[in-house]
Amino acid sequence: MATTFDARPAAPPLLDRLSAPKAVLILVALMWVPLTLYVMAGRNLGVLQPYILLPAIPATLILYVLAVRAWRESWTAVIGATLVFFWLLMAVSAPYLPLLDPNKPIAPFVLPFSHGKVGDTFFWLGTDFKGRDMLSRTVWGCQRVIVWGVTATVVAYVVGTLFGLIAGYLSGWWDELITFFGNVLLSFPVMVLFIVVLNYLGPSGFNIVIAVTFASAPAIMRIVRGLTLDIKSRDYVFAAQTRGERPFYIMIFELLPNVRGPIIVDACLRLGYTTVAITTLTFLGLGLQPPDPDWGLMIKEAAKTAMLFRFSYMLIIPALSVSTLILGFNLMADGLREISLRD
Amino acid sequence: MNEATNEPLSAAPVSTSVPVLECRDLSISYFTRAGEIPAVVDFNLKVHAGEAVGIVGESGCGKSTVALAIMQYMGKNGRIMAGELKFMGRDMRAMGEAELQGLRGSKIAMVYQEPMASLNPAMRIKDQLMEVPLHHEKVGEKEAFERALAMLADVKLPDPRRIMEAFPHQISGGQQQRVVIAMALLSNPALLLLDEPTTALDVTVEAGIVDLIREIASRFNTGMIYISHNLGLIRETCDRITVMYSGEAVEDGTVGEVFNAMRHPYTQGLFRSIPLPGADKNARPLIPIRGQLPLPHQRPHGCNFGPRCDHFKPACDAGPIPMRQVPSQPDHRSRCIRFEQIDWNAPPAHADTGEPIPLGPRVLEVDGLKKYYEIANRSLLAMIRGTAVKTVKANEKLDFDAHEAETVAIVGESGCGKSTFAKVLMGLETATEGRAVLGNRDIAATPVQSRKPQVVGHLQMVFQNPFDTLNPSHTVGSQIARVIRKFDVEQDREKVKDRVMQLLDMVKLPRDFYLRRPRQLSGGQKQRVGIARAFAGNPRVVVADEPVSALDVSVQAAVTQLLMEIQRTNRTTLLFISHDLSLVRYLADKVIVMYLGHLVEQGTTDEVFAPPYHPYTEALLSAVPVADTSVEKRRIVLEGDIPSAVNPPPGCPFQTRCQRKIGRICETEYPPLRTFGEGHRILCHIAPEELEAMPPVFTTAEERAAE
Repeated sequence: MATTFDARPAAPPLLDRLSAPKAVLILVALMWVPLTLYVMAGRNLGVLQPYILLPAIPATLILYVLAVRAWRESWTAVIGATLVFFWLLMAVSAPYLPLLDPNKPIAPFVLPFSHGKVGDTFFWLGTDFKGRDMLSRTVWGCQRVIVWGVTATVVAYVVGTLFGLIAGYLSGWWDELITFFGNVLLSFPVMVLFIVVLNYLGPSGFNIVIAVTFASAPAIMRIVRGLTLDIKSRDYVFAAQTRGERPFYIMIFELLPNVRGPIIVDACLRLGYTTVAITTLTFLGLGLQPPDPDWGLMIKEAAKTAMLFRFSYMLIIPALSVSTLILGFNLMADGLREISLRD
Repeated sequence: MNEATNEPLSAAPVSTSVPVLECRDLSISYFTRAGEIPAVVDFNLKVHAGEAVGIVGESGCGKSTVALAIMQYMGKNGRIMAGELKFMGRDMRAMGEAELQGLRGSKIAMVYQEPMASLNPAMRIKDQLMEVPLHHEKVGEKEAFERALAMLADVKLPDPRRIMEAFPHQISGGQQQRVVIAMALLSNPALLLLDEPTTALDVTVEAGIVDLIREIASRFNTGMIYISHNLGLIRETCDRITVMYSGEAVEDGTVGEVFNAMRHPYTQGLFRSIPLPGADKNARPLIPIRGQLPLPHQRPHGCNFGPRCDHFKPACDAGPIPMRQVPSQPDHRSRCIRFEQIDWNAPPAHADTGEPIPLGPRVLEVDGLKKYYEIANRSLLAMIRGTAVKTVKANEKLDFDAHEAETVAIVGESGCGKSTFAKVLMGLETATEGRAVLGNRDIAATPVQSRKPQVVGHLQMVFQNPFDTLNPSHTVGSQIARVIRKFDVEQDREKVKDRVMQLLDMVKLPRDFYLRRPRQLSGGQKQRVGIARAFAGNPRVVVADEPVSALDVSVQAAVTQLLMEIQRTNRTTLLFISHDLSLVRYLADKVIVMYLGHLVEQGTTDEVFAPPYHPYTEALLSAVPVADTSVEKRRIVLEGDIPSAVNPPPGCPFQTRCQRKIGRICETEYPPLRTFGEGHRILCHIAPEELEAMPPVFTTAEERAAE
């Protein structure tokens, strides 16, 4: 990697400029906002719908280059980033790839790497029991998993971090109250909690976010609370207190930036966990609803037909896709921890 | 070999010829991704049985690397590149892992800085001590117990049987370090390595450990290597000294030779940058060594100390400098090619002796200030008995005042309530009773949120730990700028930036530090930023909580001088919290001595440092390690540890450890506050005449001659 950069002397300054926090934030927004809008608003976008994802494709590619460059010291992180960005790229470019309609039945039970009985369409990954193209469904399916998985994790993190900071920094009654509610939530088995929340609110993407928040936020709160308790006795926090800063300022500007390291590592792990949770929920019929492609849904639909070894690909392909994405998140977490331990 | 070393006493005549440890031209390198980093170059050391050798140097000079190399325990990336390392005449580099394993912890023992980190918190003391003879000498359980018990008595621990049964956290820091030393001695080592063994302890506790260490060498005939940054401690414990700088030994010799007639500019620089008893800031200002210790891979050509040396001549950077013997002193060697040319008695070139600053009007008045904490005991038993709330008296009736441009030192050991007092003053806690008047406002009961921004700005603080004082996530500039905006000194973006630049100039940091992050700064630089931040709001009173205690000696001097200089120009009142009495003697105008929350003595610096003393002040003064060989001091070592503030003793707070206790009255009645002269007050039962008759703790050579 490094040698190619040395070969082109003009490249480093540009990449350096793009690596600045502001530029990275803009790039992430360029990638993420269109994708989220596309998945969440979908058909409501009207004429914009076919074009909205176009700026996201270059943004994703640049981000990948930046990630590899920043993490080049850790092979684990680079492999993880490669897996994650592969699926991100698939998600943003799905509408522009030469794929068959994922919801259109063509020829059922066509095995991978073969032509169907009708026409001369070549199916790379075969078709499912309804005759829909597996390749197309797998590529399209990652959109919803990624968008809802990341959104749910981010919301859980915002809530968990906020309560963790309050409990850790203000302590006293705040701590008792927040920790008690956290403990009550933690005492529910996760699946029971999911099922209760989704049965009560009805299955939809937004309700998944709520369910995941309920399940994850207490654990995040505990991590942040512990880190805060450690950091709040540092002299720079005293310095802020002695100049009369409000608790909110201290929490956001003095404490939060210094607890972010362990949080980012944990977030990568939890992204994988949330992805599993969402696919499980969809598998149970509590999550995202058919007919739009989704990995959990694909596994669920294939569950019966895949009993036959011949047709097990219908289950293995989406299952492998989920695994690679989660593996990517986990490797990224490992690599980031490795990098953070080095300095 | 085994026969010879099992009884070191009988082997004593032999060991005078064969040193316990000999390092000859030792070079040690670490291998990192950046390549080979030479940590120690060309290092020579000889330790004989019953001899204590001190290694002194600042952090990063390689003294701990030497210790690790002697233990042959350098981790994966450290390696001895050249030279010989002989233990009892045998080459340690040729020994196998199994043989080394047998030496470590038995023939060579080590005592580390942090006692709690050396003891296993989950094991009883007796199990940890008994392990040593059980493992190394395969003795029976009963004998191991007896030997452990006897050794605890040998290191002067009170009630050894109770301590045997205790867990490490149940005994105090000083006792923990004694246990660690006992553990090291249990295997009857031929060589004992002590790596800053008292740095984590209070001064009066340190004095006891120093006494113990001196005894060890003579009683057990152990060779000792004492690693420290404190020249005073080395003088009190060691026979020989090696001064290290940037990976090299720059000077070695007997303590007398090196302390009285140093022959290396770095050693001289070290001595000039520490305060000596009997000298103050106006008469003998500290002279910091300019510049910074070079990083191991950026060492200059020729003499490593060259760029910082006042005696530098072009010949100094021509090539590697060898160690050379000082004429007529067979043991004394120096790594300076010009030591014959340098006039060692010349006064320092740029010593700016100043006039005492005239004091201004009264700025701060503390009157009967009390701070009590209530600790809730939530156990059921306590609730039934009705003793659910316990009171901790952290501060008891503090009375003093401070004038403009005055430096008031608050002295005391950990747990004496000095930090609590600082918190009350800063408004992080509110006083239970009493007043603290700043200007004309009583701020004792006002928490910081309710104070006006100007009041908060008038009272700022410099913190102890340089690695904690700055938020690692923000740039230096933004942290100072925040203070300027917060206290409404400036609001305009450009003006704020200008002011930050001025402050950086004031603390003598380059302006491009504005965009640096704290991790790119050294400890001394961080502390300078901390000072700039405290002075950003134009404060009238600055509370400095041990601002230099975590810094290296030469950096300490620079930061202390800087603080003094800023105080001089801004006429700020400085409340200097410290346990380092030589430093206090050096810079304070007025001293307040605290013990267990009580103010036991106060007066001007001259009054407090001369008789009459409070018995506690006397002990504190005596505990100060003195690096000046012309000064003699009376040794007073206090028994026991500081009592807990939750359970203070009745009567006089100091009665449990007092060396001058006069009887039952000390245990039953709170002592009266006796006044000597103008404003010198001592809290003690002892009659004033007797207090006045105390001999001074320090006597200089001239004073002794005068008698």
